[in-house]
Formats: sequence, C-alpha cells, structure tokens
Amino acid sequence: MELKMFIVVLVLLVGTLMPLGATASSPEMGTGHVRPQNDQGHGHSDHGGTATNYTKKPFPVLSFDYEHVRLPFEISLWVLLAFLMKLGFHLIPQMPSIVPESCLLIVVGLLIGGLMKLLGDVSIVLESKIFFFYLLPPIILDAGYFLPIRAFTENLGTILMFAVVGTLWNTFFIGGFLYGVCQLEGVHLAQVDLLSCLLFGSIVSAVDPVAVLAVFEEIHINELLHILVFGESLLNDAVTVVLYHLFEEFSSVGTITVIDALLGIVCFLVVSLGGIVVGAIYGILAAFTSRFTSHTRVIEPLFVFVYSYMAYLSAEVFHLSGIMALIACGAVMRPYVEANISHKSHTTIKYFLKMWSSVSDTLIFIFLGMSTVAGDHEWNWTFVIMTVILCLVARVLGVIGLTFIINKFRIVNLTTKDQFIIAYGGLRGAIAFSLCYLLDPVLFPRKNMFLTAIITVIFFTVFVQGMTIRPLVDLLAVKKKQETKRSINEEIHTQFLDHLLTGIEDVCGHYGHHHWKDKLNRFNKKYVKKCLIAGERSKEPQLIAFYHKMEMKQAIELVESGGGAKLPSALPSTVSMQNIQPKKPPHERALPQLTKSREEEIRKILRTNLQRTRQRLRSYNRHTLVADPYEDGWNEILIKRKKMMELEKKISQMNNYLTVPAPPPDSPTIARARLSSDPQAWGIKPVKESIPTIKVDLASPQSPESLTMVDELSKKSSTQKDNEEEGGLMMKPPPPAERKDKTGEEDDGKEPQRLMRCLSDPGPSAEEEEEDEPFLP
Amino acid sequence: MGSFQSLPDDHQYRTLSKKTGFSLEQITILHNRFRQLSHNEESLRKDDFKTIQDLESNPIRFQIIEAFFDKRNFQKNGVGSVEEIGFEEFLTVMSYFRAPGLHITEEKREEIRRAKLRFLFNMHDTDNDGTITLEEYRHVVEELLSRSGALGRETAKGIADAAMLEVASISVGPMAPDEFYEGITFEHFVKILKGIEIETRMHIRFLNMDTTVMCK
Repeated sequence: MELKMFIVVLVLLVGTLMPLGATASSPEMGTGHVRPQNDQGHGHSDHGGTATNYTKKPFPVLSFDYEHVRLPFEISLWVLLAFLMKLGFHLIPQMPSIVPESCLLIVVGLLIGGLMKLLGDVSIVLESKIFFFYLLPPIILDAGYFLPIRAFTENLGTILMFAVVGTLWNTFFIGGFLYGVCQLEGVHLAQVDLLSCLLFGSIVSAVDPVAVLAVFEEIHINELLHILVFGESLLNDAVTVVLYHLFEEFSSVGTITVIDALLGIVCFLVVSLGGIVVGAIYGILAAFTSRFTSHTRVIEPLFVFVYSYMAYLSAEVFHLSGIMALIACGAVMRPYVEANISHKSHTTIKYFLKMWSSVSDTLIFIFLGMSTVAGDHEWNWTFVIMTVILCLVARVLGVIGLTFIINKFRIVNLTTKDQFIIAYGGLRGAIAFSLCYLLDPVLFPRKNMFLTAIITVIFFTVFVQGMTIRPLVDLLAVKKKQETKRSINEEIHTQFLDHLLTGIEDVCGHYGHHHWKDKLNRFNKKYVKKCLIAGERSKEPQLIAFYHKMEMKQAIELVESGGGAKLPSALPSTVSMQNIQPKKPPHERALPQLTKSREEEIRKILRTNLQRTRQRLRSYNRHTLVADPYEDGWNEILIKRKKMMELEKKISQMNNYLTVPAPPPDSPTIARARLSSDPQAWGIKPVKESIPTIKVDLASPQSPESLTMVDELSKKSSTQKDNEEEGGLMMKPPPPAERKDKTGEEDDGKEPQRLMRCLSDPGPSAEEEEEDEPFLP
Repeated sequence: MGSFQSLPDDHQYRTLSKKTGFSLEQITILHNRFRQLSHNEESLRKDDFKTIQDLESNPIRFQIIEAFFDKRNFQKNGVGSVEEIGFEEFLTVMSYFRAPGLHITEEKREEIRRAKLRFLFNMHDTDNDGTITLEEYRHVVEELLSRSGALGRETAKGIADAAMLEVASISVGPMAPDEFYEGITFEHFVKILKGIEIETRMHIRFLNMDTTVMCK
C-alpha cells in the first residue's frame, strides 16, 4: 500500500523533471554556468528588455520564470529524487537484504540516464570537480571522525602494508600485464604505451572507500576485517595520488629515469605525511576553538565541519593527500572536541555527518549510473575483459603474499577466511572513475577505452562482489560484529591491562609498544589536554569519562522510557546495592528521633531552596540553549552527587538497626504516581545545586559526615521521589536492614543516620531526642 | 653478559625453557635483566623493583610488584607471599605474558586464557578467599584512578559499585532483595571478561627486546 502511493508520487516528480530538463538546453550539471539570460528576470516579463520600448500592459499578477531558479531547483530536485529512491528500496520487502543499496542506486542512475538520453540531448556526467570537492569530503570526514582509533592503531602496520605495498603491487602487475597484452599482435592496441598502461593500472588498482563503506556497512562484519579493508581504502589514497601524478607527468615527457623514481618515493612520503600534518594542525585548531564555545553552543558543530573542510582544501592546494588530511583532522580533534562541546552539539555533529555522507553516497552512485549511459564509450573486448580478470588476480595474489609476510609479525594471525574477505572486499568505485575522467584526451588518446574498462570493473565489483559478499560471509561463518555495548567491567580491565603491560615492560627493561603508548598518554594528559579542553574536564581520566557517558546515556534512556518505568536492560535492574553490600549482624537498637519543630524548619529550608532553583531555570534566550540542568554544570552536579552518595553510604555503613521499616523499593507505578502527583518532581534535580547553601557549622566536632548530613536529609526527602529519574546507576538507598561494622566513629554516625531515616519515613516512629548538631546556617 | 655458559646453566635453562615455554635466547636476556635488577645476587626483593624509574609513575605498581611475590602465581596451590624470589619464579611470572603460539588447539587456547585470567584474578583477590569482594574491587578502581586526585577517589566507589552490579546481574541474574552477592568468583570473572580476548591482548613481545637498554 505504501509502496504504491510512493511510486505514484515518484512518477509525478519524475514526470515534472523530464520536460523541464528536456525543454531547456541544459549544459553539464553543476559547472556553475552563469546564464546570460538570467540578468533579465526579476519579475518583469519584458518582451524585449530594452529600456526605451516600454509598452504599458496590465501588471503581471502571476508569472512563470523558471530560468531564474533553474540551477538550485534542479539540484534540489535531483537530491530529492535520489532520496525518494533510497526510501523506496527500503519499503520493498526483502530487497535490502539481497541487493546492496549501491547496486540499486546505480541501476536507478542507469535508468534515469537512459530516459534522459531518449528525451533529449541532456548529458549529465559525474564531473570530477563536483565529485572531489563536494561529494567526497563528507564521506571521508564521517569515516575519519568516527574512526575507531584503538583498532586502527593496533593494526596500523598491517593496514599500511596493504595500502602501500598492496597498491603498488596491483599497479605494476596490472599495468605491466596489460602492456604485455597490448603488445600482442591481434589486438590492435599497440599504441597504448607502457606509461599509459601503468597510469591506468594505478587508477584502477585503488580500493575505493565509498564502495567499501557502502557494502561493508550492511554486512556487519567483525571489527578487525572491517578496519583492515576500510583503513586500506583510506590510506591508499596517498599512493594513488603520487602514482597518478607521477605517471601523468611523465606521460608528457615520455620516459622515466631512476632519479624520477626516487623522487617519486620522496614525493610519496611528502604527500602522505604532509597531508597528515595539515590535517593535524587544523584538528588542533578546531579543538582549541571548541574550548571557548561554552557561551555559543549553537555554532559548535560548524567549527568541526568548516575546519575539516579547510584541511581538505588546504591539502589539495599543495597536491597533498586530501583524504589523509581529512582523516587526520577528524581523528585528532575528536577527543578534545567531544570533551568540550555540549551533548546536543555532539548529536548534531553525528547526525549531520551521517546525513551528508548518505547524501553524497547516494548521489555518487546515481551519477555513476548516469555517466555510464551518457559518456562516450569505446568497447574493446580484450582490454576490458583482461582488466577485470587482472584486477581480481592481482588482488588475490597480493593479499595472499602480503598476509604471508604480515603474519610473521602479528600476534593474531589472519586466517584464510580473513584473507578471502579482504581480497573479496577490494571494491573499486567512483574515485577511479573520476580520476580517469580527468585524464587529458590529447595525451591519452584511448581515454574512452580506459573509461569503459573502469566502468566495467566498477560494475563488476559492486554488483557481483557486492551482492555475493553477504551470502559468502554467512557461508564461511565469518565472525560478525559484536553487538553488545562495552561494559564498565571491560573498560576497567582494559585500562588495568594497559597499565599492567606497561609495568611489565618496564620490569623487563623493554621499551616496547606499551611503554611508548603510555608515554604518549601521559604527555597528552599533562600538556595537550590542558590547552585544548576547557575547565574541569581536562583532568578527567578516561575511565571516569566513560562512566559519566554511560550514566548520561542511561539517564536519558530512562527519561525516554517514561521516567520511572523499568530501567533499561543494560542496567542490572534485578540487582541493587543491597545485594552487594555486605550485611552485618544488628548492633544496637535505637530509634530515630527528631523534634517536630526541627522537622518543620528543615522542610521550610528545602521548600525555599527549591523555589529559588525553579526561578533560575525559567530564564533563557533564543541564542543560548535552554538552561538545561543536564548540560551546564552537569559535571558539578555529578561531582556533588557522588560526594553525597559516598557519604551516604559511609553513614549507612556505620548505622544501627532501626525498627522503622524502610520505604519499599519504588515500583514503577508508585514512582509514576509520585511523579504525576508532585509537579515539583522535575524541579528537584537542580536542588542539588542549592544544597551547598545549607551549611553546617564546620567547627562542629563531628566528623565530616555531619557536614553533609543535612545534605543527606534534603537529598533523602527529594531522593525518594526522583530516585527513579536520576539515572540508571543510582543505587537505591540502602534499607536500614543492612549495615556495616565500623569501629570508632559509631556514635557520631548513629545520630545522622537516625535523623536521615526519620525524615525519609513519614511514619509514626519518632521519639524525642535532643539533636546536637547545628544544621542551620 | 652470560659469561658463564657452563653446563649446569645450560641445563638449567633448558628445564626452564621446557617449563615456561620461553626460548633459550629469551631466557638469557631475561636472566640478564634479573641480574641487573638484583645487583647480581641470586634473589630479587621488593625494594629492587623500586629502582625501576618508569614503574614509579604507574598507578598500579604495588599490585604489579605484589604479583611477582605472590605464591599463587608460581606454585599450584601456593598461599601467601614471599619476601624474595629466585630467577625461576621471576621467569614463571613473566611466562604469563607470553603470546599464545601460532598453531594451537582450541582447548590449549582456552587453557592459556584461563591461566592469564587467573593471574589477573589473583592480582585483585588480595586476601585469597577465592572471590573478589566489593572492597577489593573498590581498591582496584581507586588505584587505577589514584592519579586523578579527589575527583578520582569519589567516583571510584561509584564505578566499582556499578561494575559489581553488572557482574552480579550477568552472572547471577535476578536477585531477591535479601539475597547477597558474595563477590566475583573466578568463573564469573571469566564470564564477564569474555569480550576481551585476553590471550592475545595480554602479551609482551619478548623477542624484540633491546639488549642495549639493559646494560644501563
């Protein structure tokens, strides 16, 4: 049903586009033509346009002026169509699991291209400039920003081997073989010289990140393989750039000398390292800028995007590897920027990046399909078939050979299955096409043949390999991605292991891997973080940051699930603090006591503070986000809350047995009832900020517990209500049935505990007792 | 540097090699390091570890040093800790950090995994009662965060508690309010750390040790 409606809408849209496109003679899209006729149109429907001949006619109420908005209109319509297509695929049942999206999009492109060709002389080809400047950067930035750094650095050696040596091997193998084939008698390709072949080899041998991402995203393969193939596709850009320019330069000259080869190697180092350095510089700038954005949260995501794009363009200025610059920029800035920006900005960045890369991805494949139809082709059976076969063979041989060498240095060896997936996952894509498109037809008279061959290879890899990789992965039972979230235990032990291994390396006297990593971390913590991260966050160790993030996530999940409803499954809702706190035998019996007047005073203080906080919350303006207790001062809130929890637990550990039954653990309905009946429930959270105003005389001889005793009190009364809201990891206040033995401070501790219990339980148990501690300011 | 390549040493090395799995070359290098740390004496004491500069900035250095002197790590049913260790014990502790061999069976791999996890478990379970109690776990997290000052200490408890809750819920499942979770047993420990491939993560490349460093 939905599908039918959808198709109707689609046909209508396409129907409007075709005539519009066909009636006007459109040039290649997006070359940024300024149409001379446009100067006229601004609502005047002049028939002539000369100022002298102005005949009076009735004022035009409604006029049609398409030329005026032509370019943006067409671009938007294209983008819209592309996405309606994408939407359509997912509505068709079964389709997404059989055919990868990229295939479908190419087919759509083919269809549209065919349609356009039938209707008119509209020829739309994927312009290289558009591709490299507008379509490619979002995808690469998305990849670079969310690059899993740990997995990447652990496998860096392997990835580099595949990227550099593998691509070189592919280039020379394919280029050389093709040259040999071209020299054969019956093929009539003798004019294709060695340099052209090598250049062609370099273009076609590069694994394409766009295609790899598109296909691998859907098969959810395990992290190691994913990072290997994907990392390779990103890093081989430097090699491709160098080889491409090298061979292009020398095609004009005709020969290559040894010096040139050496210069080529130097060039490679410059290109790759230079790209990384440029990216890193921009990344640091972005991190530094984000330090000061606490007052203008709305524009934070902009800095991330613009700095990264500038990094890409700056690298391109010097013909350095733009892709590596983008990756370096994203990877460098991420830890610092994330520590500085607000939660909302983080979400914004994430979704914008995903959105943009999705747009680019879709458009690239559609245009690829269209360009196939629109371009001039020269089909040469031998050349094309040989190219496809050689690509496959070169890839397989390369992977096997390299893995053999790499396995000598790896701890976790790459099995045959892994090798197969790596080889099979070497997809070619739009980068190869665009690079070929840029070739100069004068220097390369067989450019069209090259284009045809490349398109064939792309189609083959994307269709055949893309479609069959999923069933093959299932058939070979390759390990899939672990879906489970990282648990806090794993995080603790990962950190523990890091320190342990560093320690053991030091004991051995061996300056290995861990030693240098540890040194880098310490340097980072000591100097870099202080510069680039604002405020308190700079000192936050990773474990704590992880913990806060987890808490935040669970708090949000809790809120989203209806506040007070069952805690999310990641959280052990079935086990609570009382299960792990050790129980100790009852010590003494004493009853909580508080004079009624004292109780009233406490309640009054709490109420006034609550009101004050609510007033504070009311003011905001459009240019700042709503004063969000979850955002600003989140850390301070957390710290205070932690402090109070600790002390509360400490108090409970030295408590006594009470006859007053504890309030039963809140069932969801009760909690919800409380929430709905108490409109102040939501305002309670910020009460914590007001707590320091209730001070206790520090000169009191009591232990520090008494200081926050009142905090406990206020917290206790409010905690009962908003316990469910406070975020998944809030432990339930230990019921009085459990305590812990603590020698010494018994007496001091008892009284606060008694007080606490009494207040929280509006029950009838209070006996009179004199309260020594002053708790009024 | 090993001027005593006399027969008894060689023989001793061979037995050690068989026992711990190190190659003769690695044993020689480690022996040199041992001699360097112990100032050419036969046994190593805890104070000798204090001479290692880089270890001072490690937050869990005490636990690491303790691990070397913990009898559980070099004897089958050892209990308690010793004051000094010989080269054999040193090597035995080091052998926990060897990488698993290239072609080993699944069960051997599992065995190695459990041995390494046992080592970690012993590091946490300081009172040797077979479980990691809440207090012990808190201590672990506090040590890890010991370089972060006040902030670290406060959150350490929260983190340890959360971690303990997680273990309890994963291992035991729903618990009634009056049930009590004693502590993390070894089996639970193995279970929660399933996600980290310990046998490959917990290793050091002994082969590429730089001998010049050790002559300092």
